[in-house]
Amino acid sequence: MPFGSPRPATLAGRDLFPHKHLTGIAQLKPWEIRFLLDEAEHWVGVNRSSASKHDDRLSGLTQINAFFENSTRTLLSFEIAGKRLGADVVNMHAAQSSVKKGETLIDTAVTLNAMRADVIVIRHGSSGAVQLIADKVDCPVLNAGDGWHEHPTQALLDALTIRRRRGYIEGQIVTICGDVLHSRVARSNMLCLAALGAQVRVVAPPTLMPAQAECMGATPYTDFDTALDGADVVMMLRLQNERMDGAFIPSPREYHMLYGLTPERLANAKPDALVMHPGPMNRGVEITSGVADDPERSAITEQVEMGVAVRMACLDVLTRGARGVEGWS
Amino acid sequence: MGKIAITGGLLADPAQDSPAHGALLIEDDRIIASGTIDIPSDAEIVVANGLVVAPGLIDLGVFRTDKPAFHYGGITRAALMPDQSLPLDDVGLIREAARAGKPDFWVHPIAAATKGLGGKELAEIGMMQAAGAKAVGTGRSWIADSGVMYRILAYASGLGLTVISHAEDAGLAGRAVATSGETATRLGLAAAPTCAEAMAIARDISLVRETGARIHFRIVTTKAGFDLVRAAKAEGLPVTCGISPAHLFLSDNAVTDYRTFARMSPPLRSEDDRNAALAAVADGTVDVITSSHDPRGPEDKRLPFADASPGVAGAETLLALSLNLVRDGHIGINALMRLLSANPAQILGVDAGGFAEGSAADIILVDPDAPWIIDSDKMAAAAGNTPFDKVPVQGRVRRLMKGGIFYSE
Repeated sequence: MPFGSPRPATLAGRDLFPHKHLTGIAQLKPWEIRFLLDEAEHWVGVNRSSASKHDDRLSGLTQINAFFENSTRTLLSFEIAGKRLGADVVNMHAAQSSVKKGETLIDTAVTLNAMRADVIVIRHGSSGAVQLIADKVDCPVLNAGDGWHEHPTQALLDALTIRRRRGYIEGQIVTICGDVLHSRVARSNMLCLAALGAQVRVVAPPTLMPAQAECMGATPYTDFDTALDGADVVMMLRLQNERMDGAFIPSPREYHMLYGLTPERLANAKPDALVMHPGPMNRGVEITSGVADDPERSAITEQVEMGVAVRMACLDVLTRGARGVEGWS
Repeated sequence: MGKIAITGGLLADPAQDSPAHGALLIEDDRIIASGTIDIPSDAEIVVANGLVVAPGLIDLGVFRTDKPAFHYGGITRAALMPDQSLPLDDVGLIREAARAGKPDFWVHPIAAATKGLGGKELAEIGMMQAAGAKAVGTGRSWIADSGVMYRILAYASGLGLTVISHAEDAGLAGRAVATSGETATRLGLAAAPTCAEAMAIARDISLVRETGARIHFRIVTTKAGFDLVRAAKAEGLPVTCGISPAHLFLSDNAVTDYRTFARMSPPLRSEDDRNAALAAVADGTVDVITSSHDPRGPEDKRLPFADASPGVAGAETLLALSLNLVRDGHIGINALMRLLSANPAQILGVDAGGFAEGSAADIILVDPDAPWIIDSDKMAAAAGNTPFDKVPVQGRVRRLMKGGIFYSE
């Protein structure tokens, strides 16, 4: 797909986003990504402008957030997004232990389907699990993160944040640093930003870099300073505690020395480079407070704000067919 | 029982270079003559009508005794892996496993090399041999402790048993479910580098050099692995290896979309390794093709990819898929029967898998051109977990004789 390839001029209605589910960025064409971002812009405005943020277009629809893996902010973000659109939002927390056996996963999907959910938001610890459920249910399914595979709404909210703060995405040098190997956020972001024409760099210790990262549209680096050189956007990934104990890296402090984003290190990037983090942050490990809290540089709270808007857009677009919106049947 | 003569067929004798018209003469459960022979007047005549007459297949390394699938695929004997619900580490279990398919199907149990397949203490290999075990195996897993593996090989060599090894370094393979590369990276699957195989093979070959034991690597899948086996053979070491049709005809992009039917151990490899496997078959580095039959129902397969069990229901497609090697010109049909029958028999030390006088009368009549379509919904196997669903193939077994008695159709 050529970078920034334009949307065919004739597209309208359902053809703008001809997908039943949102399971990953990999399925999307560049203009479909941009369509979702444009839709999300509208909700940013609504969320900011009025005291009453309620829009009832999803009134009467049931949204189930089925989270098989712990989450606070993503779950909250989807819940707020659904409620602002007027949906009846139900959260299902399924402890990972009780759902380990797969027949239970399929059974859960069938159960949710039988309850006539109108849209299901799923997070699961296994790559591909969301697709597995999507194949078994009648309503649209939104992937809120599956294993190391994809986290599409995170990539969309990151793209929206970059587009709003930098004005455009094409040609921007975006450096993604951290545990790329185990990161669904990194995978979705590489695909999304590359599709939108950014120059994506990924940087990680070799133990945390997937094989052939180039296939995702990014250039791999191991030296952070080199990867930061001239960057427009620096996106830090969270380092999971269980990877810090000597299995993949020797210690948090060594990781901080080599890959922690400090004000001094940030000086390698462009002077106005944007700093991002999907949260929750390990302050003092992958990022210092001085960088994270710098209002000029940090877009971290804005990312959270964009998250609600992007999820509202996705919920709206995916349910248009069921709601009988003209041109979307 | 009297004599039976199978005439009018094309004999695919593993001991010959090319197929030839001829007859087989069988008395009781043994072959007594083959080729251009006089048919005694008291023999019952079975006309093969131009079908290929071949030894029954001997499937070296299956996980389940699944007779309908084996018979469908022309398999008359199988070596059963020790990885059963109760690991085959005990005389009673071996005896029971060896009895399971008789009379029309013979199971040759592979004795667990270590107690409980735990990789630590030697199991009662000699007693299991006396109870019917035809080889010793490490099972699905690699024996990480080199000292233990050294002693297994040394001990088995004293009993004249081949050790059947799983060639994946466990430290590298870890909890990987795929091969490092583009597919695993895109799908976000835990992956191991291919050198996990070569490292395991290199170590075991060093131990073979030290102990003189015979080793068989049940499934080898990488170029580096074949290079090591090839070199060991050139050196004269008693090293053999096998492969499954899945590894010969699929690469890791078959895993795209998280198809759990393509989840296997070792995992599918790159296209380069697949081509190296075809070359290794052609040059004789590969000794055995096994179905690695492991039928798995939805409770094991309708899961997220990493949570699904590895395994392929391969028995009924083994012959038809392997015939592709003949059609594509990699090997002749006689050489194919060496891979499917004669070599497994030799590794297991059983008098079968060929047409020599005194060999077991396990015979299949094959229509090598008969077309059919593999359909996971209509398999004879206990489950339909084939990665070749809806693939058109050629080659059907028309009749199957086990121990001098015709069974199918």
